[in-house]
Amino acid sequence: MAAEEEASRPFAGLSDVSISEDIPVEGDISVPVGPSRTDEEFSTLDEPVKETILRDLRAVGNKFIHVLYPRRSSALLRDWDLWGPLLLCVTLALLLQDGTADSDLEGGPQFAEVFVVVWFGSIIITLNSKLLGGTLSFFQSLCVLGYCILPLTVAMVVCRVVLLAAPGTVSFVVRLVVVTASFGWSTFASTAFLSDSQPANRRALVVYPVFLFYFVIGWMVLTYFPVKNRQP
Amino acid sequence: MASNNDPFEFREFEDEGNLLDTNRDATTINIEDVKRQTKAAGFDPDADDEYPARSDDREELLSGQKKSAPFWTFEYYQKFFDIETHHVKERILGSLLPWPRKNFIQFYLRKNPDVYGPFWICTTLVFAVFISGNISNFMNGKYNPQFRKVTIAATMIFSYAWFVPLALWGFLLWRNNKILNLVSYSFMEIVCVYGYSLSVYIPAVVLCIVPLEWLKWVTMVVAFGLSGSVLVMTFWPALKEDHPRVAMATVSAIVLLDVLLAVVCKMYFFSTPQPSGAPVAPPTAGQLKANTSSS
Repeated sequence: MAAEEEASRPFAGLSDVSISEDIPVEGDISVPVGPSRTDEEFSTLDEPVKETILRDLRAVGNKFIHVLYPRRSSALLRDWDLWGPLLLCVTLALLLQDGTADSDLEGGPQFAEVFVVVWFGSIIITLNSKLLGGTLSFFQSLCVLGYCILPLTVAMVVCRVVLLAAPGTVSFVVRLVVVTASFGWSTFASTAFLSDSQPANRRALVVYPVFLFYFVIGWMVLTYFPVKNRQP
Repeated sequence: MASNNDPFEFREFEDEGNLLDTNRDATTINIEDVKRQTKAAGFDPDADDEYPARSDDREELLSGQKKSAPFWTFEYYQKFFDIETHHVKERILGSLLPWPRKNFIQFYLRKNPDVYGPFWICTTLVFAVFISGNISNFMNGKYNPQFRKVTIAATMIFSYAWFVPLALWGFLLWRNNKILNLVSYSFMEIVCVYGYSLSVYIPAVVLCIVPLEWLKWVTMVVAFGLSGSVLVMTFWPALKEDHPRVAMATVSAIVLLDVLLAVVCKMYFFSTPQPSGAPVAPPTAGQLKANTSSS
């Protein structure tokens, strides 16, 4: 009886693989996770807070290293996050404050202005590259553009230190060199990530807005001048 | 004739004459007959240059590239970025060096207006004006990085580049209802012309850093001349069919707005310092008229 049934089935040659209906199948459905962890389950809810924060900080630090030494790696693109850009933007905006809260017309960019320039600028550049047919996703582009502000933030720190030490023409030349170098580094790092996602005949169209973006940020860094040093 | 049951075997179809024999009620149409009939009715699909607007329509329908997506999808906006690097370069060069025979819209845009050019040229101009103004103020001795000026520059330049084309497009549409005009420009094309015509101001504004007053005025006048001529040469074919007074009024309005932009930029961002150190107030209306009438 079983042989006739097997011959009429379409996959007749595989009868030795099929499970006969006579023998019931039994077992456990639970998936073994390893040694029994009834006390310590693998969930991030129970880990110490220090662990949680350090994990994210380590990810951010890893991406910083990828920006400083731009090589062909997908760390920035695959595991994008926006913590790093937020940290950098807030640091830059705080460093660009020069304490003039009195008059509205004087002074460098306010905190909100730096924020708007950085984030609004990144969003517009991302939209631009997507409209031109780019293959990176929206948040991946934001992540790359935000992380590549790191060299300019480092330049801002250097500029503030130089201004404290020796205000004058020498300090201006030093600051100019530092800001130009970091602007070039930022643009180079971000185009290394962004330009691969564009067809060759539109690459310049995508790179130019990035160039303009870092140029404006570099200009803000270069023209920072604390109030007490300003000419009356 | 195939008589087996296999539905996938290829069968030869008979000539149309034989088909007509088997089924008297069927009608067959010959493509040559269709062409002859439509030519007789007065619509010649092959005559191109007599009515350029109609041939443009036909090109649009036949090319199949302008697929109309609804305006809330991403694809709708993607068709305004359908350009390559060399297109942008050609368009910028065409607006820097206007040529009387080469109407910007018909020669350079060729039914493919883009938003990339106008937007990024306006943005570059905003930051160029701000940075050059800062540098020229610095060279005049007074260092004051007024970052608020970026907002003001952006408002001025973007409203010139987007609201004036809107007004002009509406005006041309209204006039087209009154007089039959064969040259009609879409809104995006007008925005494109205005955006690319602003590109000549970028080097002019960078040159204004040099602290020579006469050089600043000369540069702005040259820049206004080039951009104004691009605009006038583009819009003249659309206006010349109209009543002469209306045409002249429109052309002078276009030119006047351009002058206004140039002069306001110059006055606000590159003001000359007075000995007391405060920035000089904008000159009175009389001085303004004297300056513009000499340009």
